[in-house]
Amino acid sequence: MLSEGSSFMKGMALGGIFCLVLALLGSFTPGMQSSPEDQHHHHHIKAPSTDELQRLSEPQMVELTKKVRVYCVVMVQPKVLVYWATAKDTWSKHCDQAVFYSSESTKALEAVDLNEKDEWARLRKALKHAYDNAGDLRWFFVARPTTFAIIENLKYLLLVKDPNEPFYIGHTVKSGELEYVEYDSGIVLSYEALERLVKVFKDEEKCPERGRALWKLSEEKQLAVCLKYTGVFAENGEDVHGKGLFNGKSVSSLIEESMVKNPQDVVEGCCSDLAVTFGGMSPSQMQVMMFGVYRLRPYGHDFHDSLILLPPEGSDND
Amino acid sequence: MGMGITRSHVFFVTGLCVGFLYMHYIVYSDPSTAEPAFFPLGHTNDVMKMMNVPLLMFKCSHPDKNESTLSQNVRVLCWIMTGPRNLESRAKHIRATWAKRCNKILYMSSVETDFPTVGLNVSEGRDQLYWKTIRAFQYIYQHHQNDYDWFLKADDDTFVVIENLRHILSKQDPKKPVYFGRRFAPFVHQGYMSGGAGYVLSKEALKRFIEGFDKGKCTHFSTIEDMALGKCMETMNVEPGDSRDVKGRQTFHPYPPDKYLIKQQPRKRPWYLIYDHYKPREGPECCSDHAVSFHYIYPVQMYMLDYFTYHLRPYGYKYRYNPDVTTTEVESNNTTTVSD
Repeated sequence: MLSEGSSFMKGMALGGIFCLVLALLGSFTPGMQSSPEDQHHHHHIKAPSTDELQRLSEPQMVELTKKVRVYCVVMVQPKVLVYWATAKDTWSKHCDQAVFYSSESTKALEAVDLNEKDEWARLRKALKHAYDNAGDLRWFFVARPTTFAIIENLKYLLLVKDPNEPFYIGHTVKSGELEYVEYDSGIVLSYEALERLVKVFKDEEKCPERGRALWKLSEEKQLAVCLKYTGVFAENGEDVHGKGLFNGKSVSSLIEESMVKNPQDVVEGCCSDLAVTFGGMSPSQMQVMMFGVYRLRPYGHDFHDSLILLPPEGSDND
Repeated sequence: MGMGITRSHVFFVTGLCVGFLYMHYIVYSDPSTAEPAFFPLGHTNDVMKMMNVPLLMFKCSHPDKNESTLSQNVRVLCWIMTGPRNLESRAKHIRATWAKRCNKILYMSSVETDFPTVGLNVSEGRDQLYWKTIRAFQYIYQHHQNDYDWFLKADDDTFVVIENLRHILSKQDPKKPVYFGRRFAPFVHQGYMSGGAGYVLSKEALKRFIEGFDKGKCTHFSTIEDMALGKCMETMNVEPGDSRDVKGRQTFHPYPPDKYLIKQQPRKRPWYLIYDHYKPREGPECCSDHAVSFHYIYPVQMYMLDYFTYHLRPYGYKYRYNPDVTTTEVESNNTTTVSD
């Protein structure tokens, strides 16, 4: 009787240890290198769930809300003045700071004149300028003139992320071995990622300013290459259901696609409720979007969100 | 090792399994993540895992009592003016979006079908629209007059936000002879409501409309449906209500949102605003946050408006417009900046 009992106990102990060993090994997923630069190798960034947020106390939530402030880098060009004017009067008002970067100077629009025709060189200069003028802002969002962003939803995505960790987020695309963030859907960089980037800008070998003459990569790919050298990898921004938050296409295009792909469930199958960006938007569409996003809603629907973001001062269309 | 399997061996193996399963349960028991709760290796959700805080709710949650009681107290029957040619191309998308939010939805056509449509004793065509309207209201009066408080007519290219309609109507008395919509000035002395933007009759207004035709006081004197109905309303002493919100912004719109919202230089009224009874506004002040309708909305825009109204939103955003706040409350409100 005693020997059977002790056999049982030995078996239990062995079984338990075996399980622990397996769990430990399971945490080391194959393909993950243990070098310090590669520590941040996950490719999907999910928005926080209601559970996660409800675990935070009120003062913690206030703290986090204060920390997640965004510096918007808006790339514009004088030949399409109306895009600058529209971005200035619409979504960019919701950035904590929005700075416009132009290819050349013109009296018509207020922007930082980069005096640069080359797209990649322009992006580099803009990012360097943003880094130098960040103040205490720790998140950077880069937009093209035709991109519309909902900054509140960007803040929600980044709420529990630490900007002292390297983050490079957006709609990711794979091109051979390289995974990069699509420019048209907006690019998000944490302070740490931008700092590493600015450092590697000085390295003409790894991150040349004029690009490699023979095969000219697009600026979005060049950005990914430079960041990769510093150990920063592109991550796809998604909501809690795994739906992409960054869209390179306009709402109407996505709805049209959904009408073909999901005719029984067009709206559900289309886009996230908390989408951050839409691309390819015209100035008129952006004005209508301000109404659609910030105003139009059904009476009586309350969302009980875990944080409060106030509307910007002196704005008449939100 | 012995030759055969002894009882000890059996106990040992059983113990092995029990020990393994028990450890497995403990290690993987955190239901909120798919990862072992005990191991900080792998994906660390940064700030989150560092905090060991008791469960505190930031904002207390209360159910949407507003919404469900409104639906019970303000019963709206919606009818859509449509026809066989438009069922697949237009009515279908209304059915897929806002129609289900009505207390009752009826699709009025010249032919009865499994869509389902009600077959009225009319033919199709622009000049038949007022006949369709008369027959539709007669059908509704015959079958549903006691079951609903308000009766909305919309076209098959009208997008309606029923909750916002109920909100307006909740402050009104369905026993009074009144109807609401986008008020137009010409042709009828007291004005009339735009057909495309949709209009809604109180129970009493419906009764008087039917009575008007029964007694010959109202006739099919014109094929222009909205204007003709407006004349009948005037004849039967049904009041044209003011559907604007507390800030004087319009809620019913005979055109799509881009026709109104785009900022313009101050200018003379464009042609599409010529009929307006109340002085129309161009730019963001045109339209209420709690808009009720838009017209000339084709399928893609129908789903887009549905997405904007019921789905896409800015997380945590404190909306500027609050119709329930009175002026005295606004003055005493202290807004503290959270994100600055």
